[in-house]
Amino acid sequence: MKVLVDGVTKTYRDGRGQSVEALAGVTFTVEAEALVAVVGPSGCGKSTLLNMLAGLLLPDAGRLGFEGALSAGRPATAMVFQEFALFPWRTVQANVEFGLEEAGRPAAERRAISRRFIELTGLGGFERKYPHQLSGGMRQRVGIARALAVDPAVLLMDEPFSALDAQTRQLMQEELLGIWERTRKTIVYVTHNIHEAVWMADRVVVLSRRPARVLEVVDVALKRPRTEAMLGEPAFVQAAERIWALIKSQAHAALRESPA
Amino acid sequence: MSARPVVDRARVLERSRHPVARVVGLAGLVALWELLTRTGWVPALFLPSPLGVLGAGVEMLRSGELVGHVVTSLGRILLGFALGALGGVAVGLAVGVFGVAEAVGTPLIAATFPIPKIALLPLLILWLGIGEASKIAVITLGVFFPMAINTYAGVRHADPLLLRAAVSFGAGRWSLVRKVMLPAALPMIFAGLKLGAGTSLLLLVAAEMIAANSGIGFLVLNAQNLMETTKLMVGIVLLSLLGLASHYLLTRLERAVIPWKADA
Repeated sequence: MKVLVDGVTKTYRDGRGQSVEALAGVTFTVEAEALVAVVGPSGCGKSTLLNMLAGLLLPDAGRLGFEGALSAGRPATAMVFQEFALFPWRTVQANVEFGLEEAGRPAAERRAISRRFIELTGLGGFERKYPHQLSGGMRQRVGIARALAVDPAVLLMDEPFSALDAQTRQLMQEELLGIWERTRKTIVYVTHNIHEAVWMADRVVVLSRRPARVLEVVDVALKRPRTEAMLGEPAFVQAAERIWALIKSQAHAALRESPA
Repeated sequence: MSARPVVDRARVLERSRHPVARVVGLAGLVALWELLTRTGWVPALFLPSPLGVLGAGVEMLRSGELVGHVVTSLGRILLGFALGALGGVAVGLAVGVFGVAEAVGTPLIAATFPIPKIALLPLLILWLGIGEASKIAVITLGVFFPMAINTYAGVRHADPLLLRAAVSFGAGRWSLVRKVMLPAALPMIFAGLKLGAGTSLLLLVAAEMIAANSGIGFLVLNAQNLMETTKLMVGIVLLSLLGLASHYLLTRLERAVIPWKADA
């Protein structure tokens, strides 16, 4: 399913009348079955955008929507959270089944579906563990399995691997690409990590600092499947340098302006 | 250059468990107590010996006197505790979940919570009579407040991230209460139950001392009137055993109900 973000604006207001303009007319589209990364300087409103796509936050102006047929009982989106957001009182399996429960699926069906995604995300054997008994990488696998289990048309990922150590992150990126190739979801992937964005995505939407606009959409001309060897290819280096140049000017300006 | 070894600075942080000292301390106190009373240093009328108390306890158990008091007291405390706990959790959940209930409930609770519940016993006796109802009611009230306040706090402190995650997967209000707020509040609810268990024991004894002709509180007060200090001590030991037992049971129940915290 195609994702349309059209002229989206958002201003936060706190109780004392202070307002912060987070998004100022953000427009881009994500083609069906594409993996698009959204990068930008920290605090630029990337997560705000994702929360809006998830229906957790309304824009002040502009429109967000999806284009394409959606069969009954399938949600448009499901979210993978940066801090995992697993229910600590639920076992791995019960966490994966949460969305299916809310969709009113019968127990036998829930079990069969959760079984499939537990296997797909490499969680086999951990069904009865609680989140606190798992490592960070394993926890995020649960987060991914929980989101995939409801079979969303679009998978929203909010810096899903930023809480993980570098080695685990690399492995998880590879596995996510494998899962994506098997499930063919549209993925909107928010990150502040340029290398991660370029290595994984078809296109990278580069946002400006607050209030965020789209600076440029950078196409990544790397073949699939992606391999670690591609990290040295000219196409990778060019895209990464282009994005870094865009962000660097923004980040410098932000540093100079930020209140001490 | 001669190497200077690294000093073990962490030694001051170490703390050993001294399992023997645990037993020796308790046993020593009892032994000292026995010794003091045996030598006649303290007259048995003021402080009966531990063995004497044990003997009297066994004797009262055999005669059936003890069973009657314990059953009466247990009945009152269990019923009062159950009513107070259920009511407290229900009200705490409502106040935590619904804006209207919070607006109405929090000032009401804040206004009535500081009243020492034992002060209400005369009023409750006036309303409900001198029988079982007033005693159970005062225990119910004593348990209700910590339960309501703890449940409310637990619900309000449910992680907003988890609430958002649940909503993003299609959870409605009732699902949020049942699957996020209630489990998130469980640790606080159990803290309230333990608090309430102590309060209910206190109120039980007070109520039974003021207006009763049976129960452990009555046993203690009556024994004092008759100068039967040994029986009085049996009552006190029983009460402390009740307190220990309730704490133990609640801790076991907590482990069973909150398995995700058990081995954290």
